[in-house]
Amino acid sequence: VVFAPFPTLTLPTQRSYSVAAKDTTFTPAVLYANPGDTVTIRLTAKDVAHGLSIDGYPVDLHAEPGQSASVTFVASRAGVFKFRCSIACGNLHPFMTGRFEVGPNLLLLRAAALAVLAALFGAWKVFAHEA
Amino acid sequence: MKLNTVSQPAQPRQEPAERGPRQSISRRLSLSRQPLLRPLFTSRVPLFSARAITLAGFALTILAGLFGSVVGSHNFAIIFVWIAWWTLLKLVFIPLGGRSWCAVCPIPMPGEWLGQRGIFPGASPCKFGLGLAWPRRLGALPISGSWLQAGGFLMVGLFSAVTLTSPRLTGWVLLGILALAFGLSLVFEKRAFCNHLCPIGGFTGLYAPAAPVELRVDDRAICAAHTEKTCYDHCPWGVYIAAQQDNSACGLCMECLRVCPNDNVSFNLRGFGRDFVESRRRLRSDETALALVMLGCVLSFSILFLGPWGGLRTAAYAVGTLPWALYSAVYLAFAGLAVPGLYALAVRLGGPLQGFARTLNRFARPLLPLGLATWVAFTISFAFAKISYVLPVIGDPFGVGWNLFGLATVHFAPDVSLVAPLAQAAVLLIGLLWSGRVARQDADTPRRALALQGYALAITLGMVWVLMS
Repeated sequence: VVFAPFPTLTLPTQRSYSVAAKDTTFTPAVLYANPGDTVTIRLTAKDVAHGLSIDGYPVDLHAEPGQSASVTFVASRAGVFKFRCSIACGNLHPFMTGRFEVGPNLLLLRAAALAVLAALFGAWKVFAHEA
Repeated sequence: MKLNTVSQPAQPRQEPAERGPRQSISRRLSLSRQPLLRPLFTSRVPLFSARAITLAGFALTILAGLFGSVVGSHNFAIIFVWIAWWTLLKLVFIPLGGRSWCAVCPIPMPGEWLGQRGIFPGASPCKFGLGLAWPRRLGALPISGSWLQAGGFLMVGLFSAVTLTSPRLTGWVLLGILALAFGLSLVFEKRAFCNHLCPIGGFTGLYAPAAPVELRVDDRAICAAHTEKTCYDHCPWGVYIAAQQDNSACGLCMECLRVCPNDNVSFNLRGFGRDFVESRRRLRSDETALALVMLGCVLSFSILFLGPWGGLRTAAYAVGTLPWALYSAVYLAFAGLAVPGLYALAVRLGGPLQGFARTLNRFARPLLPLGLATWVAFTISFAFAKISYVLPVIGDPFGVGWNLFGLATVHFAPDVSLVAPLAQAAVLLIGLLWSGRVARQDADTPRRALALQGYALAITLGMVWVLMS
């Protein structure tokens, strides 16, 4: 469950996202890509200055109020990464986050599968003790 | 090194059907009997020094909250209370030290100093204050034990988005807590605020049995023969150490260890969660309620603060508006009704109820390792992403442009984007397995054990989905 390979059959492509930042909220807040895709993100600050940095990627956009900023990069790392505002924009700034998913969310699948296996192990222990 | 075996503890006030022998007494390493460490326990100076530091930090936090920058991420009060301290509490103090934070918490200090007319206990034979016993009920409302702590924690969630981000509110809340603890110490005996009101005290006490340390008597027969009960008289918590079966009530102040005329109290290192194995004490109704509220809160807070739903956070922040009212209704229904209701359903599916509340209490202990694991997993996400704020606010606690020690410009932001989810998954799995073990041990029938494990699986899958999806 932990190490089983999960084949992906998609070819790298280009993806563009236009992300609006307003009221300490990103819209859309979830971006998808496949490993190897070339991703362009255009950030538009709708109220005050906002930033957009992605954990694990050298991406850090800054947009002044009413302005846009964009970046293009290759989604080389698979996994689920938080992206967050990188300019103090208000009291909820530390929680202004979104999610960048590169490829299938294997960690979620593996963790859920392991949890089910752990529960099955517990059930087996119950019946083994009963027997 | 001396290894000692703890003798059979006193049985608490329990119903006969719930009593039972401790299953296995594991060996302990008595840290307080190690020659090099002993002065740390027998002298009051080390603990006082630690509390003096936390009191100074607490005062600085209040000042920064009230007079510092209104931008939360630039204010010492917000970052140190809700990021640094909150993280240390859940990742270090509770899992490794049980109620060790309570031992150094500064909140009860001013009241105690006035009450005992001195900095150290026993400074004066006369006590200041009315010394009343804490009432069990206020009208029909139960207020002793953890009832108010459970209700308080549930209510904190209604205002968490504001409290966690507003320095002014954080400052006023901390000042209010200090004043409340001080006022109550003038009226009631022992640590009334800590025992019955402090949400953090309830939180730490609930999960303290999981910790690998304990304060226990070595030989109960000696305590039984000792009529003066010096330890109880000196305990600021009102705990009689000889009757203690688990870590939930002891604040680890070590006062009993210091005053015992027979040198019969030890601070021991032991395995994790030995209380779950060796103690047969069932949770009280207030503790069960608190355990369920804590589970509901951690799921709610994970959704609110770690999910990508900015609109939800905006609604939670707009206190007094219709969106906030809707958020509050959903939050209370989820954390206060759905999560506890699912537990009640699981217990019911496991077999007939022999008294509703009593049955819920009887099988509630698996909620403790499960709850601790979910809080740790939540904290890993919550803290690691915001750890970069900590050093700058040490350099500029008021957010006014200082650069003390050159720290204000330090940018320490380790990339934990891949490690943190793995750690969370591991912690959640450990909690699930641990909870299952306690469930199998406590359940009266295989069906009940399966139902309790099913509940733990549902909570774990919920956390996995919120944290990793």
